[in-house]
Amino acid sequence: MKKMIVTLTTALVVLIFSGAIMAGAVDSLRGGQALTENAKEPAKKDALVVKGGIERSYKQQPPVIPHKTDKDEINLKVNTCLNCHSEKTYEAKKAPKVGDSHFVNRDGKVLTTISSRRYFCEQCHAPQVNADPLVENTFQGVK
Amino acid sequence: MTSGEKRGTFGVLVVGVVLGIALWGGFNWTLDLTNTEQFCISCHEMEATPYNELQETVHFTNRTGVRATCPDCHVPRPWIYKIIRKIKASNELYHHFVTGEVDTPEKFEEKRMDLAKHVWQAMKETDSRECRNCHKFQSMNLEKQQSRAADAHDPYYWEAVDGKEPSYTCIDCHKGIAHSLPEGFDPTWNSPGEG
Repeated sequence: MKKMIVTLTTALVVLIFSGAIMAGAVDSLRGGQALTENAKEPAKKDALVVKGGIERSYKQQPPVIPHKTDKDEINLKVNTCLNCHSEKTYEAKKAPKVGDSHFVNRDGKVLTTISSRRYFCEQCHAPQVNADPLVENTFQGVK
Repeated sequence: MTSGEKRGTFGVLVVGVVLGIALWGGFNWTLDLTNTEQFCISCHEMEATPYNELQETVHFTNRTGVRATCPDCHVPRPWIYKIIRKIKASNELYHHFVTGEVDTPEKFEEKRMDLAKHVWQAMKETDSRECRNCHKFQSMNLEKQQSRAADAHDPYYWEAVDGKEPSYTCIDCHKGIAHSLPEGFDPTWNSPGEG
């Protein structure tokens, strides 16, 4: 009888604690909101502007864009990123030049203009916003 | 002068003043009416392409809600230049009603390079007069600009580059800011330091 009481009490204590842990510690990134409610609107974030650019995290990483791009336009007819980053203008505009790899087409042929598979800059190069990571992160890029 | 003659002179004067107000007022009123965006986009050529593209740009939607309408950039403000532009506009009416040169988006696209070059040329010749209706160097705070823009807007910067006073005008670097650039646009065209 005594043994059974001890067992039951232990079980009860474990249950209560685990319940408390589940309720308190496990919290989704969405916050404590019910699924039936709309998520909270995220705070507005400004585009990150960093003079001199943002360092890469690893060697082959496409560099991220350290300036606003909302006025730029990339479509079949025109790519305004090239106003500064093309090989004809990068010196005058003090902008990094489009990488040499971007002139090679899929057959390995070097073209005089940017290869169509590298034409859509933002497919690889992403503009950044001032946003802290949602969870703590100690990642350090390759130096 | 008899009293009848006096009355006649007075009558002519009154009629003249009334007619003058009516005609000159009416003329100016018409001029103002045709100088609105509503009037410009009453032709589908203007609404379908240039106006549509303008809406994507900072000259239509921005932080402060101040915006430019078609005539702010495309019709000069000084009276004589305004009249000259209005007379030239009859060419646009001719193409709208008679030739239908750009009456589809496809046709517009074909002509876009010519049309754009025409406007760039006009801007260059007038030292970007219409830009300067709103954008004035005296009110430009270089401290608040990004470093690259601040350099380019600083006359001392250009003097240091080639030892000459800068002769560039807004349109030399700022092509394609309110409408899409034409296909085949060479990036050096927005970079006057080069070539």
